Amino acid sequence: MKFQKRLLRAEPNFQILTKLWQINWLYVLLICALAVVGYGALYSAGGGTSRPFAGPQSIRFCFGLVMMLCMALMSPAILVRMAWPIYIFSLVLLVAVLRMGHVGKGAERWLMLGGMQVQPSELAKIALVLMLATWFHKISYRRMGNPLRLIPPALMVLVPVALVLKEPNLGTAVIIGTVGASMFFGAGMRLWQIALVVLPVPFLARIAYSHLHDYQKARVTTFLHPESDPLGAGYNIIQSKIALGSGGMWGQGYLQGTQGQLNFLPEKQTDFIFTMIAEEWGFVGGIAIIGMLLLLIFGGMLIAMRSRNQFGRLLGLGISMNFFLYCAVNLSMVMGAIPVGGVPLPLISYGGSAMLMVMFGFGLLMSAWVHRNATFGETTGEDN
Amino acid sequence: MTFRKKKSGNRLMSRPDEGKNPSRGVFTRRALLLMAAQGAVLGALGERLYGLQVRDGSHYARLAENNRLSKRFFAPPRGRITDRFGISVAANRINWRALLLAEETSDIPGTLERFAQIVPLEQRDTTRIEHELRHKRRFIPIMLRDFLSWDDMARLELNMPSLPGVLIDVGTTRVYPFGPLMAHVVGYVAPPAEKDVVHDAELALPGMRVGRSGIEQTQDTNLRGQVGSVEMEVNAVGRVMAELDRDEGQAGDEIALTIDSGLQQQVLGRIGEQSASAVVMDCRNGEVLAMVSNPSFDPSLFDSGVSQAQWIEWTNNSQTPLINKAVSGLYPPGSTFKPAVAMAALRAGTLSPSDRISCPGYIDVGGTRFHCWSRWGHGSINLRQGLKYSCDVFFYEVARRTGMDAIAATAELFGLGTKLPEIELPHVRQGLIPTPAWRRAHGRHWNGGDTIVSGIGQGFVQVTPLQLATYASRIATGRNVQPHLIRSVAGHMADLTDLGHAPGMSMPDHFFADIRAGMFAVVNEEGGTAPKARLDIPGVQMAGKTGSAQVRRVSRALRESGHFNSANLPWEYRPHALFICFAPYDAPRYATAVVIEHGNAGADVAAPLARDIMTDVLRRDPVNHREPPGQEVAQAEVD
Repeated sequence: MKFQKRLLRAEPNFQILTKLWQINWLYVLLICALAVVGYGALYSAGGGTSRPFAGPQSIRFCFGLVMMLCMALMSPAILVRMAWPIYIFSLVLLVAVLRMGHVGKGAERWLMLGGMQVQPSELAKIALVLMLATWFHKISYRRMGNPLRLIPPALMVLVPVALVLKEPNLGTAVIIGTVGASMFFGAGMRLWQIALVVLPVPFLARIAYSHLHDYQKARVTTFLHPESDPLGAGYNIIQSKIALGSGGMWGQGYLQGTQGQLNFLPEKQTDFIFTMIAEEWGFVGGIAIIGMLLLLIFGGMLIAMRSRNQFGRLLGLGISMNFFLYCAVNLSMVMGAIPVGGVPLPLISYGGSAMLMVMFGFGLLMSAWVHRNATFGETTGEDN
Repeated sequence: MTFRKKKSGNRLMSRPDEGKNPSRGVFTRRALLLMAAQGAVLGALGERLYGLQVRDGSHYARLAENNRLSKRFFAPPRGRITDRFGISVAANRINWRALLLAEETSDIPGTLERFAQIVPLEQRDTTRIEHELRHKRRFIPIMLRDFLSWDDMARLELNMPSLPGVLIDVGTTRVYPFGPLMAHVVGYVAPPAEKDVVHDAELALPGMRVGRSGIEQTQDTNLRGQVGSVEMEVNAVGRVMAELDRDEGQAGDEIALTIDSGLQQQVLGRIGEQSASAVVMDCRNGEVLAMVSNPSFDPSLFDSGVSQAQWIEWTNNSQTPLINKAVSGLYPPGSTFKPAVAMAALRAGTLSPSDRISCPGYIDVGGTRFHCWSRWGHGSINLRQGLKYSCDVFFYEVARRTGMDAIAATAELFGLGTKLPEIELPHVRQGLIPTPAWRRAHGRHWNGGDTIVSGIGQGFVQVTPLQLATYASRIATGRNVQPHLIRSVAGHMADLTDLGHAPGMSMPDHFFADIRAGMFAVVNEEGGTAPKARLDIPGVQMAGKTGSAQVRRVSRALRESGHFNSANLPWEYRPHALFICFAPYDAPRYATAVVIEHGNAGADVAAPLARDIMTDVLRRDPVNHREPPGQEVAQAEVD
């Protein structure tokens, strides 16, 4: 390894094979393990066949895996140059989805692009991480003391958040905003600045609630009292809790979960895939999944910390946070801890754009790992 | 693939010395903080998962079991209604119907179109189906057509492959073997309205019916029975995977009416085409043996839905076929009111049976002249003669002496102008015995003349045929009999009044005897107003009272012109013909009231009808049948 590092620092023009060797294969193995769990769960959700969900999803995963490995080889310099175009492109898609998106459950969320359903908000998350990593890489930590420097990146966060809110997809908007905030935090935003931003939040939240869509408000109220509407909006939460509870410690057995197999569980192949796994494999299986997800998240954070450049650090942090928020929101949702919102469980839930974008993110993370010792275009001096 | 290291200026050169890069130190600290937060959140979720799956696992496992097990409810058979001998007057018949399960067809319009080619759907059906498709969940079957004929069924079965989602289902429908004959008493059922379902979720079950009129309405809860249920394993869309347990529910109670369907048929036959109502009561216990309101309607039409044209025809008919005239028709009692006036006077002491009143053909009260129906008058007559001749002047004078309050109090004791609380029918009207207080409550003044015309049952007095029959029964027995229609519910006799335990009337028996004697004279004595009511049965006599109730005031000019003949009036202005009677005179058993709308003179039209009815009643009496009553019972069991 030492030799490799020296090689990397000394000779930037090294071979692709060398770079491939640099990839953190343990991490890739973990990703693949989760994908296998996802395949198994989708096989069960499909009623014991791979046909409706598991098969197509595994093809997508393989495609995503190849994409991830390609991304891992790209140098940060290229990624930095790609940041603006990808970011702008994601905004264009977000606007497009508002204009001519397809409505699902009262929200405009997906576009048909070349016969494929694309959820622009999925791309927007990754594009934002890339964009902010690039921005904070270029300004120095010291210069961040000047609040004016924080206005452009703040806009970079707020524009996609606003567009996603307009869709309206509250869950994704919250995730985008939180990912952005965590990157501000990681980039070294001053504590007084943080205090200045955080303190008015309760008041803003009040105002925001009054602007929520009725169906979103309904989700909040049925979340608080799910039994008040057992066949309507509260149905999902109640059924999910029931299915989880019927799993018990050791589960009903693979393909044996009554709630999932009898279709009481809503959207079991997407949002509620975790419930299905936990019903069939019990608490033991559920906690194992959570453990694997946590390993991926911590692994991402450790990769970020190992990077010698701010770009890699923030990229790693953003991707990990994004992945973490996905998991946390989805798990909280299926356990009835927060209102239901269309957030899938990454790597496991059925769905094309989410899978591809998660793998895209891991590609960026892997690139940060491969190029962790590279240093470039970063201002660190106090002389600005 | 090179780094931009070389291009970047000196200032931008990285510093390998990490200690001098403040951003990395800050980053590491903050990243660790974030990791702690991430770990805490996922740890909390893991804890929650433990709570849901292990700590409260058994609770949710039980809920899961409830989820998997679905109780389906089904409508119990509606209770049968029979006449007093057990002959069905309302029963259930198997009804084949076609249902559509929306979730099982991908092309609903196509399926409906192909269905309509096999079994035609009316416009009414299609609008209803579209409405239900929008408002019901996809796994709840929607009724396409019911009352399928055997041929329709066969054709549908044959075409099942091209009709995905269509099911053939068997339900029950209500049938009324006697059709219009019993329609007013028995009533009818109809599918529940949406607002009923809101109040009573049971009614949402397919096949549930709600009584909308008659006994079907008032006894709805008894007839409906206990909802049955099946416990099944179902999937989330409600499809049945296995049947686990079954509760057949309980059929609705069978209700036996006091009506004698044979007699009812005979009474209707006697009435023929006239717009009329007749009530026959057992005057000892208040059982209504026949209650006919003519014209009538076919009650079975309501179950499948009444066509607009039919509805318009019914509502525009001046003979009101939908209204049960026996309890909802209000008529001035005319001279049939006179026995009540007489009783009021006897009770008040303003008249004794031997008192004589002179009738010159008219009486002047308060400057107004009131005429007797006889232009020449009846001379000096007593109570018995007053009733016999139905002398108006006699009762004008009696009413004047007695006063309206006393008359009203007595009339109400006879059931006139009262609700008759024990009759098990809806829409029972109270009628009216006017009093000065009632008039004042309406802001008007009670004139002396109002009392005079009330004395012959005209003016504001309004009663129903059932009240008249009750009145006749109470005169006949001197007991406070209550008319009722239900003999037993689920085999239990309705109450003890069946045994003839009605309380007395708190009026002296000899007053009743005087009035009965007057009514006997009306029918059986030479010069009585109703010789046509005399029975042709040896040894049995009937007592009665005629009435001809004007619906329009006859002007003096017309009366004095001598050309007045009510038979020449347009139908709706002719007087109603009434008759009340009871028989046998010496041991009263049956009472009858007959009202023929715009039938002219009670004596000519109502009296013979009442006689015919009473003849039928007496001939059906078991006393005339020495052989055991086998026939009706046998008939009941066939049904």
